[in-house]
Amino acid sequence: MRETKQKNARKRKAGRRHPLATVALIVIGLGLTGGAYATFNATGSSADATTSSASDVTAGKQLFQANCASCHGIEAQGTDAAPSLIGVGAAAVDFQVGTGRMPMAMSGPQAEQKPAQFSQKETDQLAAYVASLGPGPSIPLRDVTDGNGDAAKGAELFRVNCAMCHNVAGAGGALTEGKYAPPLTGVTGKHIYEAMVTGPQNMPVFNDRNITPEGKRDIITYLQFIQANPSPGGFELGSLGPVAEGLFIWIFGLGSIVALTVWITAKSN
Amino acid sequence: MTATTAAETTAKKRSFTAAASNYIDERTSISGVVKEFGRKIFPDHWSFLLGEIALYSFIVILITGTFLTFFFQASQAEVIYHGSWVPLKGIQMSAAMNSTLNISFDIRGGLLVRQIHHWAALLFVASIGLHMLRIFFTGAFRKPRELNWVIGFTLFVLAMAEGFTGYSLPDDLLSGNGLRIIDGLIKGIPVVGTWISFLLFGGEFPGTAIVGRLYTLHILLLPALVVAFIALHLVFVVVHKHTQYAGPGRTQQNVSGFPILPVYAAKAGGFFFIVFGVVALMASLFTINPIWLYGPYDPSPVSAGTQPDWYIGFADGMLRLIPPHWEFVWLDRTWSWNIIVPVLILVVFLVVVAIYPFVEAWVTGDKREHHILDRPRNQATRTAIGAAGVTFYGTMWAAASSDLIATHFKLTMEGVIHTLQFTLILGPIVAYFITKRICIALQKKDRSVALHGYESGRIVKLPGGEFIEVHEQLDEYERWRLVSYDTYQPLMLRPNSRGKITFVNRLRAGMSRWLFEDRLEPITKGEIESGHGHH
Amino acid sequence: MAQDDNGGTEITPAASSAVDHRPGDAGTAVIVQDAVENPGFPPHRARITDKDPRKQRRAERTIYTLFYLSIVGSIWAIAAYIAFPIESGKISDLRISTLAIGLGMTLALLAIGFGAVHWAKALMVDKEGIDIRHPVQGTDETRERAVEIFQEADAESGFGRRTLIRNSLIGALVAFPLPAIVLFRGLGPMNEDPVKLLSHTMWKKGMRLTRDPSGTPIRASDVTLGSVFHVIPEGLNDKEDALDQKAKAAVLLMRLEPKDLHPSPDRKSWAYDGIVAYSKICTHVGCPVALYEQQTHHLLCPCHQSQFDITHEARVIFGPANRPLPQLPIEVDADGYLVAQSDFHEPVGPSFWERH
Repeated sequence: MRETKQKNARKRKAGRRHPLATVALIVIGLGLTGGAYATFNATGSSADATTSSASDVTAGKQLFQANCASCHGIEAQGTDAAPSLIGVGAAAVDFQVGTGRMPMAMSGPQAEQKPAQFSQKETDQLAAYVASLGPGPSIPLRDVTDGNGDAAKGAELFRVNCAMCHNVAGAGGALTEGKYAPPLTGVTGKHIYEAMVTGPQNMPVFNDRNITPEGKRDIITYLQFIQANPSPGGFELGSLGPVAEGLFIWIFGLGSIVALTVWITAKSN
Repeated sequence: MTATTAAETTAKKRSFTAAASNYIDERTSISGVVKEFGRKIFPDHWSFLLGEIALYSFIVILITGTFLTFFFQASQAEVIYHGSWVPLKGIQMSAAMNSTLNISFDIRGGLLVRQIHHWAALLFVASIGLHMLRIFFTGAFRKPRELNWVIGFTLFVLAMAEGFTGYSLPDDLLSGNGLRIIDGLIKGIPVVGTWISFLLFGGEFPGTAIVGRLYTLHILLLPALVVAFIALHLVFVVVHKHTQYAGPGRTQQNVSGFPILPVYAAKAGGFFFIVFGVVALMASLFTINPIWLYGPYDPSPVSAGTQPDWYIGFADGMLRLIPPHWEFVWLDRTWSWNIIVPVLILVVFLVVVAIYPFVEAWVTGDKREHHILDRPRNQATRTAIGAAGVTFYGTMWAAASSDLIATHFKLTMEGVIHTLQFTLILGPIVAYFITKRICIALQKKDRSVALHGYESGRIVKLPGGEFIEVHEQLDEYERWRLVSYDTYQPLMLRPNSRGKITFVNRLRAGMSRWLFEDRLEPITKGEIESGHGHH
Repeated sequence: MAQDDNGGTEITPAASSAVDHRPGDAGTAVIVQDAVENPGFPPHRARITDKDPRKQRRAERTIYTLFYLSIVGSIWAIAAYIAFPIESGKISDLRISTLAIGLGMTLALLAIGFGAVHWAKALMVDKEGIDIRHPVQGTDETRERAVEIFQEADAESGFGRRTLIRNSLIGALVAFPLPAIVLFRGLGPMNEDPVKLLSHTMWKKGMRLTRDPSGTPIRASDVTLGSVFHVIPEGLNDKEDALDQKAKAAVLLMRLEPKDLHPSPDRKSWAYDGIVAYSKICTHVGCPVALYEQQTHHLLCPCHQSQFDITHEARVIFGPANRPLPQLPIEVDADGYLVAQSDFHEPVGPSFWERH
């Protein structure tokens, strides 16, 4: 999401070569939300909104004002510290709060995943409140996050659209200036779906015209497949590819053989 | 079994062995070979087995590689995958990728053999590297072994080429992007780059020819060269006889150790099985190169953490360390210094490694044969040069995983790259001086121990009230290890017969000063005698 | 080699005079007159298996047990091959098969190895021997004879005397491999020029931008703010040389706020309402520059970490690349689909010598 945008923009001011970009970023951060999701919604959101009662909205508003308003503003209109949440949709709230990224513990290159601070019920109430502020992507229904799609199609989409940041095995990877694409192991299908439709932080948005809901379901299916099936070759060494393999051969492979050479040539008692 | 029957069996066996030996000798004259080599002496030291690791992993590679060729199809013809790995079912890919997946998923033991082959390949290059470091730091490259150093160096380069060609064969996404980098690298070479790339790939990248061509190199040309060079390498080991470390009784004129038959044959033979066994264990337990996750090569996707196998890492890392904008158009041609400079650095680095023995021989002017190895500390400058080289290589290597270093240590990738750029220049210098100081300090310690013995930790109060620590004297065998080493004086610059000092002389004297200025004089008999008298 | 006197000579104390018998100039080596003398070989130390028959028997038992274990390992591997089929296609089956066969082989191999080494160390006669080294060079007679042979051969053939014959032969030997080198021209297609091929992609005016890998066209309205689309030209999947074309024509499509873009005057019309298309092929060595950060608008290449700033025409802000990513001029056709205005205006991908 864009919660950290202004913070990042300010932090980066010193290092950046073109001051205009900073201004531009702040402007986007403030202005993007409403307009963006108007367009977005027009192109069709994936899943139908989960119905939420008025009481959820009220409870969510109370939670919001107690826990989020200090940064996002009392009406979620955004402040210098955090962006507006009008129009970000329930999916954004469910992802950010449900994965523990929000509320942020401290400022850093990006919001870290950590144990969720709110129960699912509270998260739903917060989501209902934010969704009531303006149209945005809603929480996906189970039928697109259940992982019963086509793993092969999902793998192909994953390689083209996701692997460059998250690694082909979903092990994560580095971005610029200390940011990173997190590992996808252990992330629920729902949160992966929400991340795709909302584009948290520096992740691009993959709307339903880019990757269809079926395509997203296939991607989730692929990720669940490789997590459910241990590597046929054995332990995966973090799925980090040749670097991990190289360190392993030097330290453990060659290391153990060299230790054995010492035994072989040592004089017997 | 009673004693008599046992004896009868042995007798019968012996007669059979004798008959067989006789049959073969009458046709091959092999008895001469047995007489010549059967009792040849090999010195025993763990560091002498590093080259054997390389030899044995190569044998493992040959055995497993042959198995793989029976199933692998080196073709880039497009096929649809119908094998067992669900996430690729129905996907279009090359026959090479398809057959590699079939080896992995649909041939029993195929994945195991593939993993043994790949782990053994990584081990092959790693053990060559470690073997070369041992040779370098102990001065085993000195006369008469300079040419064998060059042969070994060639094997190192061939091993890297074998590795890279093999890595590229499955035509998966990871290796395909590796080839793309090679293509970009070649295109950056002035004058001929564009055409070399065009010819190598049989047209435009990626084309449909490259896998087949690399396959020919990988299973025919390169292995033949490796086998030939290994044979040559070993012939020279036999001709020169193995070096040995300094020790009591060991001289430049002898070699002490165990005879090939039976002890050395049993140890070396057993070691082959141990190396094979360790590789098999790794292959049973740890995944290597999971091409089923990478998917088939396609020029559009790429994975985070795209890296070559470790031995190409230093080249990839060097590419990453070049700052922006090292390229310009001049004389209507593009000069890609962001390619040319790293390539030159790598070539110069490798050339320096290859010619080092000749340089040192030229500087010392020492034309004698050297069969006793140096202890690294006694050649402080050489050891320091080696440490600088290792630091330089290590920095380039680390740069190849700059992104993983950044994510795993919560750093910025820009910070990692900038730090490594500094380390590339300053690191070797720092390593050089630290290593040299450590070596000289160790020399001083050796000298003191040889002269005065080592500190026993026992404190004694003298009658006068003074406390001293008792020094335990070494026996003459232990002392010999510390005092027997070669050392050189810096070359004095003198005019030649025509009264001139040539540039070459100046260079040689300068290098000689650099190598041998800081040194300790070897201990003499007189010093030891007076040292004894001291206590 | 032939004159080596191998054969496990018994260890005798080395000549203690420490005089260097090696031929050759010592160069700048320090020759110590008063050098410490080599004390000769230390006395032999017997092993426990030499002294204690019980230990010896135990070592024997260990060794043959290891060899029997190796047989067990081999049988285990064969049994595992049969017992764990992988034809179900289940990944766990393959895992078990690989592991079981592998561990059996490991046992078979390691047990032989440890057994043989232990045998050598504990039971084989522990008697070190010495070989005497001779200078690597041949004896003086041999060397003289070798020189003679060359001289005789030279005299008999006239190799040195008949210079015309010799030099023409050298010329012929230099020339004869040349045709073989020329033959390698055939590695690449004859009728094509790499420079021309590298200078163009399949993009042309009016060609639709389509999704990678499906090939479905993209409407401008599909590309929302913060989106990134991986794009291939229309009809690419039907091409005979699809991969070759894709290697040049792959494009990344992003939408930014129009005010964030800072196009130079001649490129003002290359974007459509904040939608820009840039070549995905890195100008360094050609990796796909596919990592788009939607807040910073930076593109990152995962191979060598070159970074490009999309707000400023993809100029290089970090890493070894030099040139910005080439931009594909785009517009919208009558049906609202994004199309190319033309091919790229410069060669895409890594630099090459003839590029200017």
